[in-house]
Amino acid sequence: MPEKNPIVTFKDIEKVYRGGNVAIEHVNLTINQGDFVCFIGRSGSGKTTAMRMINRMLEPSGGVILYNGEDIHKTDAVKLRRQIGYVIQNIGLMPHMTIYENITLVPKLLKWPEEKRRKKAEELIKLVELPEDFLERYPSELSGGQQQRVGVIRALAADQDLILMDEPFGALDPITRESLQELVKHLQEKLGKTVVFVTHDMDEALKLATQIVVMDSGHVIQNATPSEILQHPANSFVEELIGEDRLMQARADVTTVSEIMLKNPVSITPGRSLVEAIRLMRKRRVDTLLVTDDDNYLKGYIDIETLDKSYRHATSVSDILNTKIFYVVDDTLLRDTVDRILKRGLKYVPVVDHAGKLRGIVTRAAIVDMVYDTIWGDSDAEEGAPGLENTENKDNPTKSDSASSSKEV
Amino acid sequence: MTNLSTWEQFWYYLANNGSYVLSQFTRHFLISIYGVLIAAIVGIPVGILIARRRRLSAVVIGAANVIQTVPSLAMLSIVMLGLGLGVNTVIFTVFLYSLLPILKNTYTGMTSVDKTILDSGKGMGMTSFQILYMVELPLALSVIMAGIRNALVVAIGITAIGAFVGAGGLGDIIVRGTNATGGGAIILAGALPTALMAIVSDLVLGFLQRRLEPKKA
Ligand SMILES: Nc1ncnc2c1ncn2[C@@H]1O[C@H](COP(=O)(O)OP(=O)(O)OP(=O)(O)O)[C@@H](O)[C@H]1O
Ligand SMILES: [Mg+2]
Repeated sequence: MPEKNPIVTFKDIEKVYRGGNVAIEHVNLTINQGDFVCFIGRSGSGKTTAMRMINRMLEPSGGVILYNGEDIHKTDAVKLRRQIGYVIQNIGLMPHMTIYENITLVPKLLKWPEEKRRKKAEELIKLVELPEDFLERYPSELSGGQQQRVGVIRALAADQDLILMDEPFGALDPITRESLQELVKHLQEKLGKTVVFVTHDMDEALKLATQIVVMDSGHVIQNATPSEILQHPANSFVEELIGEDRLMQARADVTTVSEIMLKNPVSITPGRSLVEAIRLMRKRRVDTLLVTDDDNYLKGYIDIETLDKSYRHATSVSDILNTKIFYVVDDTLLRDTVDRILKRGLKYVPVVDHAGKLRGIVTRAAIVDMVYDTIWGDSDAEEGAPGLENTENKDNPTKSDSASSSKEV
Repeated sequence: MTNLSTWEQFWYYLANNGSYVLSQFTRHFLISIYGVLIAAIVGIPVGILIARRRRLSAVVIGAANVIQTVPSLAMLSIVMLGLGLGVNTVIFTVFLYSLLPILKNTYTGMTSVDKTILDSGKGMGMTSFQILYMVELPLALSVIMAGIRNALVVAIGITAIGAFVGAGGLGDIIVRGTNATGGGAIILAGALPTALMAIVSDLVLGFLQRRLEPKKA
């Protein structure tokens, strides 16, 4: 973890455009050195406005912005901007300057000697894996993706610590976008740059950010790490922005087995007779029974086939007990269990606690429901099914199967 | 056959009055150039200014438009009332006519520079003066040059009328020809170099304009 020095601080920032259009209201925000901060929100929510106040392309109507602890309003705007990299969606390369001249524009403004500029340009063009002779080309002789690579390294040429990017990859095809995302992520991680990145693509934000700032109509709705946002969206707006799919996936990533298991598995003790066992099976309409001892420790299972074959010479459950049983511990992540159940072709998996006591079962049906919800995003399934009332998670994907019917799957 | 004899007379006139024609040619050219140059010195900064303050642009370009609609002979006479006979009147008239194309093209060139480029320039920490001379002017230069080219061609025509106010130039030869009986050859000796000057100026400035065009896809 990089040390947490605030590089930019918004103090009660407000922005009212001419004509009384309130774009930003009472925003307080801290951006730490080395962070990758994504501003995300709908169109018109104030992301660009917030970002452009950092390099004084816009002046706030109220409040103070600190850059490295200094009130930016009291610094020279031109000097400030030369310290902050700036990448915009339309790339904004100078069409009449070569790639070399474009990359080294800020160093030139800072009056670096030619030799140093040349070295920097060669170093940077290598960083983005473009051939060195591209330096002598004009922007129009490069593809859009190549131009935006140049746009990104241009923002680094004067060793800027902070880079502002306003939807920089919005216009690029998915593959190019991905490679550029990796590039900036790499710059942030390896070179310790701080990045402020405006996007309306949640996937992009989740992938890149160390801190996500969710904005809506000029307010910061939530400011948290990606995993916090996924696990605890501040409100329904954030949930909607994240989308059902990602919420489901995120849930599978953090949900434990005990949260979706059925808590009343059909079980029997070894001492019972086979007659009792078959009656129970009939009554609950299942073809296997879990076997536990009197203290509820899981011992194994019996199934209808063995019972049928051994009915003549066996009398009690313990005689046909099958102890080779696959089970999971209740605090295992669902994500891992799903895989195992699906791969092994199991109909269900008993869930035990760390001591080995039976706590419930996870059925294939429950998993099918979860996968279904992940794919179709339908979480409005009927709720309140019997046997599910203990489940903590209201949006639990498991639908209204009763404990026994699940077992028949 | 009169045609042939006119040509013969034309060559004869040129051969005998070569230095006179050449001096009027130079004079003509300089009058036009001075007028256009002064118009550029005034028009380009004003064009830049109105590109920055768009509200002014309608007024300024409107005024330049009005000047343009006045017939050149009338304008020449009006200016003469103020400046009297002589070369200054013609230079000033050329200046007035050159103002509009230069002003308008400067304004157009400046305002058509892509806003995102200006935004990224400013965002990188260019001062507004640096943006002007490193970005806006280089990108607008070919359009401004087109305005100058237009102005110069028009100016060469106006200067030809300048002979009426005693400014000299190739118009002088034409006037002489119209006064002489059978002066067709003399008229040609004034008119052909005028046309040649206009065409060559247009070609040269056209070439320059293309050279100045910013690289674009
Ligand atoms: N120059 C301006 N003058 C007046 N209002 C403006 C100006 N720029 C932006 N706004 C308004 O401020 C609000 C926030 O705009 P902003 O550009 O910050 O949104 P955004 O979140 O970046 O949106 P997008 O995703 O579309 O880029 C919007 O309501 C917009 O209409
Ligand atoms: Mg925006």
